[in-house]
Amino acid sequence: MTIFLNKDNKVIVQGITGGEGSKHTARMLAAGTQVVGGVNARKAGTTVLHTDKDGNPVELPVFASVAEAIEKTGADVSIAFVPPAYTKDAVVEAIDAEIPLLVIITEGVPVQDSAEFWAYAKEKGEKTRIIGPNCPGIISPGESLVGITPANITGKGPIGLVSKSGTLTYQMMYELRDLGFSTAIGIGGDPIIGTTHIDALAAFEADPETKAIVMIGEIGGDAEERAADFIKANVTKPVVGYVAGFTAPEGKTMGHAGAIVSGSAGTAQAKKEALEAAGVKVGKTPSETAQLLREVYAAL
Amino acid sequence: MDLYEYQARDLFEHYGVPVLPGIIADTPDEVRAAAEKLGGVVVVKAQVKTGGRGKAGGVKVAKNPDEAYEAAKAILGLDIKGHVVKRVMVAGGARIAQEFYFSVLLDRANRSYLSLTSVEGGMEIEQLAVEKPEALARIEVDPIAGVTVEKAREIAVAANFPAELVDTVADVFVKLYEVYKGEDATLVEVNPLILDEDGNIIALDGKVSLDENAEFRHAGHALLEDKAAADPLEAKAKVLDLNYVKLDGEVGIIGNGAGLVMSTLDVVAYAGENHGGVKPANFLDIGGGASAEVMANGLSIILGDPQVKSVFVNVFGGITACDEVAKGIVGALAELGKEANKPLVVRLDGNKVEEGRRILEEAAHPLVTLAENMDQGADKAAELANAA
Repeated sequence: MTIFLNKDNKVIVQGITGGEGSKHTARMLAAGTQVVGGVNARKAGTTVLHTDKDGNPVELPVFASVAEAIEKTGADVSIAFVPPAYTKDAVVEAIDAEIPLLVIITEGVPVQDSAEFWAYAKEKGEKTRIIGPNCPGIISPGESLVGITPANITGKGPIGLVSKSGTLTYQMMYELRDLGFSTAIGIGGDPIIGTTHIDALAAFEADPETKAIVMIGEIGGDAEERAADFIKANVTKPVVGYVAGFTAPEGKTMGHAGAIVSGSAGTAQAKKEALEAAGVKVGKTPSETAQLLREVYAAL
Repeated sequence: MDLYEYQARDLFEHYGVPVLPGIIADTPDEVRAAAEKLGGVVVVKAQVKTGGRGKAGGVKVAKNPDEAYEAAKAILGLDIKGHVVKRVMVAGGARIAQEFYFSVLLDRANRSYLSLTSVEGGMEIEQLAVEKPEALARIEVDPIAGVTVEKAREIAVAANFPAELVDTVADVFVKLYEVYKGEDATLVEVNPLILDEDGNIIALDGKVSLDENAEFRHAGHALLEDKAAADPLEAKAKVLDLNYVKLDGEVGIIGNGAGLVMSTLDVVAYAGENHGGVKPANFLDIGGGASAEVMANGLSIILGDPQVKSVFVNVFGGITACDEVAKGIVGALAELGKEANKPLVVRLDGNKVEEGRRILEEAAHPLVTLAENMDQGADKAAELANAA
């Protein structure tokens, strides 16, 4: 099994006519994702042409709203490639339409907008699972890709992966291409995100086909520390961790808006210690982390 | 982006938060003139983006313009935790009856906003939180509803403000939240918020952090940036739209994706332990889908750092195509000519890796070494930096 996403999900793309939206619609189709349409109010009623994974042409309808797209196609997943200034509106629209899963790829969303749409999602009863913003999305190899992760790094397997970072996700999937993954989720590097490490850990714990979990964190905030507490109390499967940013100086933002060490808080060392105290083996490098994972997996 | 105190003061004033008059000055003479203009007792305050100014001698009370002049001479040029004072604010004096604390900030853990308030102001909030947690009222602020008058009263009552002050401070809290919301801040802090002997509530010192992602809807925010204080290489990188942070080591780093680059810094630092203790010289993320041109720009920034002894290019091609990266390297080296005089170790994997490696192999530039993987590349780059 997979978590949050499988081959049966029907996917729409908010911003399907834009440059990024168009490029990644093509990649998702090539990866076998069931993309069934897109949303752009100004181009509603038109279609966009792509090809599916077998090279056959597919004509995807463009709808005026997420609600209409759901009604006409039965979509249950949306992915947003919408510029930062319009992301909040796109997310609110998806929440109002009660789409079960929304992946927000957009980087550079004002954090107050994220705080507002998260508050709105809560107010509406959290019917929509949000992944992101500023994330690579989610891939269940061999089944479906909703995001920008390269689909050909590795195939289906017993490992679950949750990470704040995109390229580190790719790196880790590559390191562990011998084993493969049930699902890999990039939750995003912003200070406020939808799905957290904890949400993904809980889902991997409940998924019978995920046998071991890799958790990748980075400096900033205390999400890794809270994940460590959660693992200690709730996760029985082996978890291996990696934290990036040991050499990051205090007060400098390392690329991700959320990746900043402020005062004594948010250091990689504190996160590593918290994870180790929860019984998580933490690798010093991505390759060492992969090796630790192989060891715990072999011992199962 | 953190603001200077005087910038925060100006924003507060704009939103109707009660503040004292303040004039910025860069020389003792300007300080004397400012003190004359304000009249009476003034306070000369170092403008640095760090705490503990008072203890470091960066804040002085002056009874007259001559004293202000002397205070400025002592403060300007002072090194406060590595921040050299280049500017002071001359502020009006206040007769303080009581000191309070108020802040509103992003609460990452709860994906919400949080207000922190205390009637015991004047000390560092971190210290208060540890020593007297019961004196700190933590009230969640709903990001949609914000701080209404009702919410502000709830905060004031929770923080144990005396009944006769609740309405007055609540009004100030509402306005401070308007600063937070209106300016897309991630932190608005007033410490101390004071009651003066005439019964006025005044924001005496403020700290504001703004969200750089929201700059597109605040034309004025770019002007608040202290361009003179930025590292020249960081400033150049910003113009080129590159995500670059200058560090103190010898191995220049270029990679794609914030997480992978952070990880690369760590791996290089570990490798450096076996090679004379060399360290990463910078963080540089060329981002997803980087073109040959972006790669070349990145390389020119790194090679412009005289501290750099070797360069490690670590790319995992997801969206980024390795052939583009390779073309960028070859192109940049050709363009830089003799200026390119430091060894480059290049690790490529992922999207179009064969094409990328082939381009580098065919170019056979004497400065370029291809690495098999990330660990080996980091080790080689550290070794070369140590040998240089």
